[in-house]
This record gives sequence, structure tokens and C-alpha cells, in this order.
Amino acid sequence: MTRTPLRPLARVLAARDEGENPDAIERQNLAQRHEEARDGARVRAEGRLLILGVFFLCAFFLVGLKMSVLAASHPTEPRVAATSAQIVAARADITDRNGRILATNLSTHALYAQPPNMIDPERSASELAKVFPDLDADRLKRQFTGARKFVWIKRRISPEQQQAVFDIGDPGLQFGPREMRLYPNGRVAAHVLGGAGFGREGVNSAEVIGVAGVEKALDETLRDPGRGDVPVALSLDLTVQAAVERVLEGGMRLMNAKGAAAVLMDIHTGEIISLASLPDFDPNDRPQPLTTGDPGDSPLFNRTVQGVYELGSTFKIFAIAQGIDEKIVSRSTMVDITGPLRWGKYKIRDFRNYGKALSVEDVIVKSSNIGTARIAQKIGVARQKGFLNDLGLLTPTPVELIEARGAKPLLPPKWSEISTMTISYGHGLSASPLHLAGAYASLLNGGRKVEPTILRRDNPQPGPRIVSADTSRQAREMLRQVVTRGTASFGEVPGYRVGGKTGTADKPKPRGGYYEDKVIATFASVFPADDPAYVLVVSLDEPVETSGKEPRRTAGWTAVPVAAEVIRRVAPLLGLAPAVEPAQRTGVTLARN
Amino acid sequence: MRSFFFVFTGLFVMVLAVWAYRQNYETQASLRDVKELRAEIADLRERAGILRAEWAYLNRPERLADLADLNFDRLGLLPLRPDHFGYIDQITYPIEPLPEISVPVEVMSRLGASQ
Repeated sequence: MTRTPLRPLARVLAARDEGENPDAIERQNLAQRHEEARDGARVRAEGRLLILGVFFLCAFFLVGLKMSVLAASHPTEPRVAATSAQIVAARADITDRNGRILATNLSTHALYAQPPNMIDPERSASELAKVFPDLDADRLKRQFTGARKFVWIKRRISPEQQQAVFDIGDPGLQFGPREMRLYPNGRVAAHVLGGAGFGREGVNSAEVIGVAGVEKALDETLRDPGRGDVPVALSLDLTVQAAVERVLEGGMRLMNAKGAAAVLMDIHTGEIISLASLPDFDPNDRPQPLTTGDPGDSPLFNRTVQGVYELGSTFKIFAIAQGIDEKIVSRSTMVDITGPLRWGKYKIRDFRNYGKALSVEDVIVKSSNIGTARIAQKIGVARQKGFLNDLGLLTPTPVELIEARGAKPLLPPKWSEISTMTISYGHGLSASPLHLAGAYASLLNGGRKVEPTILRRDNPQPGPRIVSADTSRQAREMLRQVVTRGTASFGEVPGYRVGGKTGTADKPKPRGGYYEDKVIATFASVFPADDPAYVLVVSLDEPVETSGKEPRRTAGWTAVPVAAEVIRRVAPLLGLAPAVEPAQRTGVTLARN
Repeated sequence: MRSFFFVFTGLFVMVLAVWAYRQNYETQASLRDVKELRAEIADLRERAGILRAEWAYLNRPERLADLADLNFDRLGLLPLRPDHFGYIDQITYPIEPLPEISVPVEVMSRLGASQ
């Protein structure tokens, strides 16, 4: 670019010659130069503005484009999100306390048909009937040739059956994937597990829902996908459960009983180690509930939880423990037992005549109704009610089984003094064996309340105090006496210091009154009595022991030997080594002045 | 200097573009791998579940009891009884192994000597 000088010599000289001011030339040139510079700057600025405008336009277009793409696209899961917490859609497994599987899932297939797609419906129907003998060929034929567009054939089929259906080769036969609940141990712990069925059902999946037992009570937890694949650990011990069921079944047959129930509970934590109810069923193939007759006769009926019976003399220890705890009586207090004891129109009798008076300890050892009723009279209605409520005998048990919520103990409509007297020896108040086990555990573990649970707990849950530790010890010692020299002498298991109380209650007739020859025999026990670890309640429904001249029905002859055999089998499995009983305290009493 | 800067920037942008291009494809490949691995994990998990169920089924107490009965001659398994517990002092000390014979012992036969 050539630069024009401000004072070009030629023009200056010419101007001088003409007598003009040469400064005017300089100013003119300067002004021209300014103008040129201004024009250049404007062009550059306009260019920049244009570029900037284009840039902004592009940016706006990009933003708009992205927005429209976002608006038009389908939402998707982020594929690279770090999944630290695992999400598992399947129902959680259930294991026993040692991690052995009690319930798990298995994927199988469901079989359905789409008749419009079938090539040879009649042949397919007859072939299907060959694969599944329980299907009716004629019915299938009618379904396949009718107007239906969709037919479910089987809910669950095995891989072998699936292959056989494949081999039929009809494109109208289709499979849908199914999750199936499997109970690999069969009948073991059937009543605890309950069972599972299908809820909402589609072609590609079906909801597995709990139908009974722990499966239903913990349905929400088991279905929670956020749990990952962490199983739910129950407090049951599979080996112990199987042993208890085996022994109980043998005992039920020997004693000609129509049903049996057993609860084994950890006395300090309230964990149920074993819960057996016979007759039982296979949860893999849960039977239909009975539509006629007594639902209590169905194998589905859980006698330990739902079976609300009068439990007889097993209740006596509650009245006596309360009497001792409230210092109304002591172990050696003599109680008048001359009978019959009259209260209004009622008469209370003993099983046999034990004389005129017995010490409190002997009232429980000999199981005197009159003696217990007299102690209950001294305790009174309100305090007895409060004590039984503290032991959890007046409300449904909090155990995590769906059946437990409905099993409310049957209380007398009006709790009068005669009710107090009869309840003290176990008549007039009906509770389940599980209630009894929980109450025994609370009373005998040192006096702290435990809540029965079916879930594994790793630590004892010290509840509120119910009786003093000393009362608890005395109650255990008295129960031990019942076994060593009382009504439960068959309950002695060498090395395990069993203590317990028998109870024989007449069965109530459905229309009022009691059967003469039908009883519920119960034995509630604690072992070892000097260092309590477990509570066992065994209950037999309508047992008859026929080895003697007359049929014997009392618990001492029926439930006690069965319970002893259960303890003999189960205690070693629980890791309890037999030990020698600590010597009885001699006559020296601790005293101070 | 300025032109060098422009060239350098241009080259840098190209290198970045190549890097981003490759990263994009690598990411997509990794995502595919992850998807496949997920599917494989799900498959293996299901198989492990089936194996666990089978294991539990084969170890069900009823079958084990039957097997113990069946093989009683060979194994002699009995239910655990209270008298099966022992004390630590009922266990014998291990028998000490005999020392090796390092010094040869001369054995002479009298019969041979007399002959």
C-alpha cells in the first residue's frame, strides 16, 4: 500500500506559486486519510459482526436441534451407570440359620397355545395328552378348534416336557418363561415356609407371590429388588427341624394321635429353632384348603401357631411363679387342697386326692388344681390378667408368619374370679403352643420377656423384666422337680436336666361341653434346667397310649415320652453336651444380720 | 510466529478429533462388552442358582437319612446321640514314631555258626 504523503512537494510548490496556504493541502490529505481509515474499520467491524451473527445462529440451531432430538427420543436406562447396589428382579431365597437353602427360584416355562397358528390342532391335542397324562385330549381338541385365540395349557413344565412339546412341532404351541418357587427340602418346615403361587400373569412373565407362612408375611421384603441377592435367613435349623419332624411323626403314630405340634425355641433370643406341625404337606404342591368340615383337620393347618387350645396344667407355673414373685407365697408355704373347692355353682377337683395340704412346690409337682386355684384367688383378677398379658398370652404372637396374626387367644368374655381360678390351671383360656413356648421362655430365662421370632437374630434382645431372676430360678427348679419326682417322670433325659410341666386338657365339643375321651396333651419343657438354653413345647391331639390295661391319655404318658425323645435327638445336634446335674442345695440358707 | 501458532492449533484440533473419534468407538465397544458380560453374568447366576437348588435338593435331610441307612454297612452312620460327646482327655496322645535304625545291628545265626 502506497502511502500518500501529507505534504506532497509538487502540490506545495504549486500552491506556493499561486499564493495559497500549503497547510490546507496537509489538512485535506489528513482528512482524506482519516476517512480511509474509518471506512476500513467499518468494513472490518461489519465482517466481525457477520461472523459473530453466523456463529450465534449456528449455536442456536445446535441448541434447537438438540432440544428437538431430546424431545423426540425415547428415554433409556443409562448403560454405563455404575451399579454398585445390585438390582435383582427375582424373589429372594430363604435360608435356614446356617445358610442352607429352604426356598429358591428355578426358571421354567409355561405352555400356552394360539389355535389360529396351529397347523394340525387335533393331532397336537392328542400328542399333548400323551405328554401330560393329566390333560384331557377331547377337551384340548375342543379348545383348539373353537373360537379361542389363546389357551393356557400348563403353568409349569419341566425341561423334558418342554422338549417333548417341541417335538410335536406345532408352531401354535408356545412357551413363556416362568420363575418358579422351589422348596428343595420337600415337607421339612412346610408350615413355616407356606408356599407361593402366581399373582398377575402375562405371557412373558408372572409375579410370584407368597401364599402362606413366612412367604406371605415377608412378601414385601422377599420381592424387594433393592435387596440384591441377599437371602432372608430364618432362625430355623434345617437338621434340627428334620429331626424334630421325624421324631414327632414317630411319636404321633405310637400315641395314635391325629395331630402333633412341636416348638423349639432359644430361651434367650426367642428364635424358633424348629416349628413342626403334623400332618404336614409339600409346599411345592400345596393342597387346596378344605371346603367342608373342620379346617383344623386340613394338613395346611399350622397347629403350633393357629391351634388355639386350652393347654391345661402347663399354665400352673404362671400362677405359682407370680405368687412367689409377688411374695404372696413361698415354695414351702402349705396350701389347703381339701376338695372339692366350691365357687358358686362350680366345683374344682383334683385328678386324684393328694391329702389335705401340700407345699407350693408339691402343688406344681403333683399338679393340684385346687392348690393352684387357691393361689390364684390370692393373686386376684387384675394382677393375673396383667401378668398373663406381660407374658404375651392375651395377644396374637408377633412371629413373622401370616397365620399368627389371626391366632388370637380365646379369653373368657367376663374375667371373673372363677375365670381366674380356672385359668390358673389352664382352663378357660385358649392359646397356641407358640404362645406357651414364648411365655415359658420369658418366665424361665431369668425373667426377661422375649418375643418369638422366625428370623435369625445374632444377639439376645433383653426385653422388659417380668419376674425377678430368683423367681425364674425357683420356677425352673420346681419344673425340674416335676420331671424327677412328679407327673413327667418319662421326661428324664440323662445329662440334659429337663424341667417341664405336663398339661392334659379335654377337647371342647363344637357345640359346647367337653369330650370325655378326647384330650390335648401338652408338655412344656426347658432344658438344661440349671442353665436354661432351650424351651420345647410338644402337643399331641387326641393321643391314646394303649400299652396298659386301660387306654391312657394323660400328657405324662403321651406327650412327655415324645418330648424326651425329641430332646434326646436334638440336644446333641444343638451342640449341648450332656453334663452332670449340679448337686441340690443343702439345708444351709444364705443369711445375714 | 502467528502462522506457526495457527498451524499448531490446527494440528492440535485434528489430533484431538482423531482421539475423540477413537474414544467414541472404544466406548461403544466397551459398552457392547459390558452388555455381553452382563448377559453372561445373568446366565451364570441363573445356572449357579440352579446348581444351588440341585445341591440343596440332593442334600435334603430325607435323602441323606435314606442314604445313611442304605450305606450303613460301609459307613456305620448313626444319628448323633448324647453319648457321642467325648472329653479331651479321652483322646490318646499320638504314638511317637520309632527312631530310625542308624547303627547296623549284627545278627548272627547260631545255627550257621555251629555249622
